Amino acid sequence: MQDLLALQEEALILFARLDTPHALEEAKARYLGKSGVLTEKLKALGKLPPEARKTAGAAINQVKTALENALQNRREALAQAQLEEELRATALDVTLPGRTPGRGAAHPITRTLERVQTLFRSMGFEVAEGPEIETDANNFTALNIPEDHPARAMHDTFYLDPGHVLRTHTSPVQIRYLQAHPLPVKIIAPGRVFRCDSDVTHTPMFHQVEGLWVAEEGVSFAALKGLLIEFMRAFFEVNDLQARFRPSFFPFTEPSAEMDIGCVICGGDGCRVCSHTGWLEVLGCGLVHPKVLEPLGIDSERYIGMAFGLGVERLAMIRYGVDDLRTFYENDLRFLRRFR
Amino acid sequence: MKFSESWLRSWVNPKEQTAELAKLLTMSGLEVESLVPCASPFERVVVGEVLSLEKHPQADRLNCLTVAVDAGQILPIVCGAPNVTVGMKAPCALVGAVLPGGMEIKAAKVRGIDSQGMMCSARELGLAEDSAGLLELDPEAPVGVSVRDWLELDDQQFTLKLTPNRADCLSVRGIAREVAALTGSPLMTPVFDLAKVVTGMFQPKIQLDAAAACPRYCGRSLRLDSPLKATPMWMVRRLERAGLRAKSLVVDVTNFVMLELGQPLHAFDATCLTGNITVRWATDHESLTVLSGQSVELRTDILVIADDSGPQALAGLMGGMQSAVTAESTEIFLEAAYFSPQALAGRARRLGLTSDAAFRFERGVDFAATREALERATSLLLELAGGVSGPVEEVVLASMLPSRSAVEVRPERVRRLLGFDLSPQTIEEILRRLDCQPRWQGQVWSVTAPSYRIDLEQEADYIEEVARCHGYDRVPSLLPVMPLAPLPTAERVRSKSSLFQQLHDLGFQEVVTYSFVSQEAEQNLARQPSTLQLLNPLSSALSVMRSTLAVGLVETLGFNLKRKQERVQIFEWGRCFHSGHTAGLPYEQPLLLGGLIYGSRYPEQWGLPTEHADFYDLKGKVETLLPTAAEFSPFNHPALHPGRSAEVFLQGKSVGWLGELHPRMGAFYDLPRMPLLFELELEPLLDMPWPEYRPTPRFQPVRRDVALVVDEALHASEVLRVLREAAGNSVTDISLFDVYQGVGIPSGKRSLAFCVQVQDTEKPSTEAELETICRVLVQAAEARLGAALR
Repeated sequence: MQDLLALQEEALILFARLDTPHALEEAKARYLGKSGVLTEKLKALGKLPPEARKTAGAAINQVKTALENALQNRREALAQAQLEEELRATALDVTLPGRTPGRGAAHPITRTLERVQTLFRSMGFEVAEGPEIETDANNFTALNIPEDHPARAMHDTFYLDPGHVLRTHTSPVQIRYLQAHPLPVKIIAPGRVFRCDSDVTHTPMFHQVEGLWVAEEGVSFAALKGLLIEFMRAFFEVNDLQARFRPSFFPFTEPSAEMDIGCVICGGDGCRVCSHTGWLEVLGCGLVHPKVLEPLGIDSERYIGMAFGLGVERLAMIRYGVDDLRTFYENDLRFLRRFR
Repeated sequence: MKFSESWLRSWVNPKEQTAELAKLLTMSGLEVESLVPCASPFERVVVGEVLSLEKHPQADRLNCLTVAVDAGQILPIVCGAPNVTVGMKAPCALVGAVLPGGMEIKAAKVRGIDSQGMMCSARELGLAEDSAGLLELDPEAPVGVSVRDWLELDDQQFTLKLTPNRADCLSVRGIAREVAALTGSPLMTPVFDLAKVVTGMFQPKIQLDAAAACPRYCGRSLRLDSPLKATPMWMVRRLERAGLRAKSLVVDVTNFVMLELGQPLHAFDATCLTGNITVRWATDHESLTVLSGQSVELRTDILVIADDSGPQALAGLMGGMQSAVTAESTEIFLEAAYFSPQALAGRARRLGLTSDAAFRFERGVDFAATREALERATSLLLELAGGVSGPVEEVVLASMLPSRSAVEVRPERVRRLLGFDLSPQTIEEILRRLDCQPRWQGQVWSVTAPSYRIDLEQEADYIEEVARCHGYDRVPSLLPVMPLAPLPTAERVRSKSSLFQQLHDLGFQEVVTYSFVSQEAEQNLARQPSTLQLLNPLSSALSVMRSTLAVGLVETLGFNLKRKQERVQIFEWGRCFHSGHTAGLPYEQPLLLGGLIYGSRYPEQWGLPTEHADFYDLKGKVETLLPTAAEFSPFNHPALHPGRSAEVFLQGKSVGWLGELHPRMGAFYDLPRMPLLFELELEPLLDMPWPEYRPTPRFQPVRRDVALVVDEALHASEVLRVLREAAGNSVTDISLFDVYQGVGIPSGKRSLAFCVQVQDTEKPSTEAELETICRVLVQAAEARLGAALR
């Protein structure tokens, strides 16, 4: 018995010392192989007397089981170590930059246009479009701005030919849409507009969003105020945004108003952006003039229209703090990438 | 419109202080654009009279004065002004005064001589940018009186940004009426005596030949005793603070009355007029040299004032040089007339002339105040210059004057338009204050606008007046209520913003460039250069409507390359322009999407070789954007590399192109390498395919590869077409996966390798069937394309 225990001790020490699967399998053969030490001892059992055979057999088998368990544990430990070594060897610097085709972004004007459209769509306004080269009639006459009216001087107009202009505002979309669609009508019309004026605060091309809602019910000057105040609050994400409406003049609305919002830069205390007035002019609006509706065959007794036109560049400048209008059309990528 | 507060307050003096008054005007629609004090703050500066003057013993340029500054108080003052004389009155800053700019006046010795104060120039009081010497005051100025009071310096200059409809507010009286209506303060109209009339003066017959353009004309002769007399300071100040310079008495009085009452006047030198006065349309070939010195070629739509010798003035716009009054003119023919807005509209602009008169007539003056203005000017001139006046010669064609008909204003309509209830008393009170004479007739008011409110025509106009005077801020803000229904939203059409999002994800940055470009850029980069010239461009660089987005993209690339941006991937969408016919217009204005890539394929990265993006990089991006598989065929575009450009077809219809910029253009734009560009119609990109359901096969798909050797010039698309035509139903897809030239392939040939996907729906494909399928494909390629199996 003593030598069996010594044998087990010796084998266990050997297994624990071996550090490759190959050496371990060789060692296994030495003890448990066809002519291994233990195998030989088992073969020799037959020569013992039956009662001694039983005891000795049990003892040998106990050692055999112990060795087999030890071998299995050692195999798993070696496999685990090998895997760990492989993983260690294939580790990456995960802080190195990844591969990407790069990513672009919307121009701030488009970004602002989309925000305006999203908000008005959520209030049930459909988006309409119109041509940028317009007839003089749609751009002016149909909007109650007859030829040589002083109001035309407010629009420095680009002409293609005597009857066609680059639209000076998005309002002619009102005319086109009302000609082509049954009432009620509830649209916004975003787009490019043009005036021949270029200085620090004017670019010859800029963007407007026109709004038009003509219906029998729901439209009034009070509703126009409410709608536009809520829009501005949502646009600037300022719930207590201050707003005021001033009487103004547009030939195609009556009453007409200009809307100012409390300066979102200084909170109304007065700063450079609001010219120290505490107010920012953001849009013009009013109820559609009967002289616009009647020529389109719309009964202005029955239907009331509200209309508004907001300057997209103005909103973008206020929203993002851009202080030079002309920056929008230089398309310097260093500027545009700020709007990722 | 500029005016001083003190002038306004002489007409109406509400309790509101300056700031409140400004706010009131702005909130009533007369926007105060600026409000500036007429003088900076200073105190203890009084009218001083120079009593004696001696040269300073120590300094050539200094004088030692004695100056009377109050009853019995005489101060020694050293003064360096060159214009100082004995008896002169000028501002004297007393000891303790602080002048604008911070200078404090102290008793001092100047080169050993006592000086107890300082004589001041206009510049030193902050009244002028520059001045040559002391500010000389009127000899009438009482010694010791504060200069601020004497010069009325505690005053403000208002500048209003008036909208074109408020012609009635182009005068102090008009603004005063408005303030009176808004505040309820009484209007204080200056009273003046009508001039005594003498006979025997120049008295031309007046004939109105353009009745609609000029239905009322008043004229009268004046003989002035001393036209050279200086315009009184109070009038000069009111003119200056209204933005006009004083010139000579007659001119100043006519300007003053125009600013006061809103009626432009014209003064002729009567000795230069011959015969009678006719107001008529000019004839072609007539011309007139006007006051500005410009010679104007007249046309039949220009209204003139003519005498027997021909045109003497452009009616309501500018007088003629020949009959202009000079400072010495004593014989004056003074005109006040009503010219209709239509008679003046656009003329000043067209002739390149501007005048305060035309500005007012174009917008509409009060047709009932013509004679009053003439009387007012006569009274002032005779009072200031002395003299006599002839009778007013007035011709009126009453039927041609603007009419003022009664309009009905319904309380119910007020409520419906404004969206809230306003008491009938309030509405009536507002209309009454505006002089619209409201008369309640049981259900409605009958209202009539005063002659000066040409903007009030319809009921809606009066309702605006009611809202405006009540205060827009007092109109409640109501959230509109409407029936709830979803907006129509087509699932087959994706939104533009989702297309743009895809472009961003493909690496494209959006840019926005002008819709007008230079003719040269169009010639360089357009397939058919635009001929759509603006009649009045801002510059030649912005003179032609773009026919392609390529111009803006290439120019933006150039701009950014100069700023060291070496990898540029940009896109723009927008309208381009051609002649043609759409939407009832003689122009086509398609909505296009264009893009450009330049520089490395990927942003510089440690694990990727730096390779320049090529045609196939761009084509891959374009293919990703297209909603369905497109066809590409070689394309002829003068600005593109002829062998590296393709036209894009969707369902057989051309929708655009892509390609590499022509090296010639690259050299022109100074580009180190050629950018790649595409341009597509935008709308077709939004039409998405509808998902067509088919049962998913139970069996695995099988792949077979076929490599064919073909002529290298043969387009891959042609080979694919032949293979697809030959393939049976069980072939679900054939795609090209390899192109090879080199060892083993004869020169002039190339090998194209295709992957053939086979999917049987009934049973798994057998090896024999797969072989048959491939053999059919190879035989078709051999027969139709001369291909050989590799």
